[in-house]
Amino acid sequence: MDFPAIVSDALRSGIGPIAAVYALAAMGLNLHFGYTGLLNFGQVGFMLVGGYGLAITVSTYDGPMWLGVLGGIACAIVLALLLGLPTLRLRADYLAITTIAAGETLRLFYRSSWAEPVTGGVFGLQRFANDFYALSPIEPGTYGVWLVRFSSRDLWVMIVGWALVAAVGGLLALLIHSPWGRVIRSIREDEVAARSLGKNVYAYKMQSLALGGVIGAVAGMMQAIQVQSVNPDNYDPGVTFFLYTLLVLGGAGRILGPVVGSVLFWFVLSFLDSALRQAIDAGHISPELISTSEVGAVRFALVGVALILLVAFRPQGILGSRKEMLLSGR
Amino acid sequence: MRCQRMLVPVLTLVLVMVPAASAQAQGEEVPRGPTFAARALQALIDGIQFGVIIAITSVGLSLIFGTIHLINFAHGEFVTIGATFAFFLNVSPAGPGWHLIPAALAAVVFGALLGGAVERGVWRPLRARGTGLINMFIVTIGLSLLLRHVVLVLYGTRPASYAQYDIQSALDLGPAGITPRDLTVTLLSVLVLLGTAALLQKTRIGTAVRAVAANRDLAEASGIDVQRVVLFVWMLGGGLAALGGVFFGLVEIVTWDMGFKLLLLMFAGIILGGLGSAYGAMVGSLVIGIVAQMSTLWFPVDLQYAWALLVLILVLLVRPQGILGRAERVG
Repeated sequence: MDFPAIVSDALRSGIGPIAAVYALAAMGLNLHFGYTGLLNFGQVGFMLVGGYGLAITVSTYDGPMWLGVLGGIACAIVLALLLGLPTLRLRADYLAITTIAAGETLRLFYRSSWAEPVTGGVFGLQRFANDFYALSPIEPGTYGVWLVRFSSRDLWVMIVGWALVAAVGGLLALLIHSPWGRVIRSIREDEVAARSLGKNVYAYKMQSLALGGVIGAVAGMMQAIQVQSVNPDNYDPGVTFFLYTLLVLGGAGRILGPVVGSVLFWFVLSFLDSALRQAIDAGHISPELISTSEVGAVRFALVGVALILLVAFRPQGILGSRKEMLLSGR
Repeated sequence: MRCQRMLVPVLTLVLVMVPAASAQAQGEEVPRGPTFAARALQALIDGIQFGVIIAITSVGLSLIFGTIHLINFAHGEFVTIGATFAFFLNVSPAGPGWHLIPAALAAVVFGALLGGAVERGVWRPLRARGTGLINMFIVTIGLSLLLRHVVLVLYGTRPASYAQYDIQSALDLGPAGITPRDLTVTLLSVLVLLGTAALLQKTRIGTAVRAVAANRDLAEASGIDVQRVVLFVWMLGGGLAALGGVFFGLVEIVTWDMGFKLLLLMFAGIILGGLGSAYGAMVGSLVIGIVAQMSTLWFPVDLQYAWALLVLILVLLVRPQGILGRAERVG
């Protein structure tokens, strides 16, 4: 077993571009779930419209990249209105069902042969972020210390990604401690009480859904930029479930919860992945039991177990407070 | 409110139709074979067949919601496990190679046991711990991930069919046709639904289920053993889901993620019919099945599941309590 390689994989994944993207998307989800108590199971849908908004503008219509970013954000707001208008007046469970269904339906629409001339269908769209990489001040080459090395491209995405995480974190911290944030949290604690004090609960929920959705869309754009491609099958509901796992792990209802959760989640996931593959290659685990191609599935199953155990035994995660996370459905 | 009702369809158009419409302009013409009436009749038959299968799987989901207010996002996995367990007994070289009928019965028993085991092993302890309902929704997501990927490791990614009743020629019904297999599945599904309705309406345990769904506290105070009723509902839901899985695998194909795909349609069906009502789930699922199949008359086949969501959003706007649900004031 090559331990330095395993540690290197895990460290690179824990601080890499993907961890930044997931931290960002989970921050949007944290605003929904952690602060407002909205059970959004379709965060991946916001990531999808963000990524595709950018890709379609640049790739299909030859527009400039800044317009694509605006387009992605506009799509996220439209999606939030579309989901929120029918469901936010109803009980929490309706939002949960509608969001999970909407995420999956958007994926079906974008991958259908019908939409193929615009979205690229099952093939997706590629090479739309050249402008982003042209802005990079970093000389080509690889950079790093000890076991951790990144290419200049990944480094540039990482810098922008984590800078966005810091900026969004700062913005959310200010918002949450403003009067607006206090209303949002009071909705999570007791919606009826907030309403009886004269607050327009519906409008606040809608603002929270739209803002968190826009953050998710920005995360989707970073993800699309990082691999220079969008493909509908990268936006399956499993992404949302990953986001929930790392949010609960880090601590929902805390600004740093998604960041800590994302770094730790990707570190552990890559560590397991790499260790399992090496153990199978070295013959420590019989290929009859788990073959290398099944490692991905085993990984997902372990995430499921982790999610169940976390919610059952430590719903507040690492940073959260238990008192705040005993939510009941309303 | 009035302007909001207008806004949602318009926004849907913006998000989905506009890119797709410009795509349509360049798209190819749909090939036209038989007359429109014949194709519509065929789609209706397919839709009814599809709808009753969704109905079988969604009755349990709706009853579980009715009794403990939990949305079981892992219900689709019960469907997959039923279908793949029957596949293991029927086709798999490692299995005993039974005929499909005993294999299907065994799968139903296995599904019921699995439902009971999940209730005893996961939900009852969690309720005893006082875990919040929203947290329980997240646990069902975790359970869904776990079960789905265990199936993936055991079953693999390759779609497959059962050993019997695979290829049949269609019975000619004038302009449309149906294979004996599909006809049998449809009739059996209707029988199972009628049986479930009779069970709920006539038997002691069925009455108890309806009582718990109507008012849990009152039922408990009247001496009904609520824990036992909940266990029964989970076993009934698990068994029916497994049967639906076998039927779906029989008329379509067995895959490791079939249940998760059906889950969207089940949700649309139970919300259309009214969350928590067993009969609503049956009616709603039938409508959803017909909508999904009839949509292929005008729209591409790969979008047929997506129309279910449109129905779902329209229902939430116009009549959120569903066709058979009771309006209930919240907040």
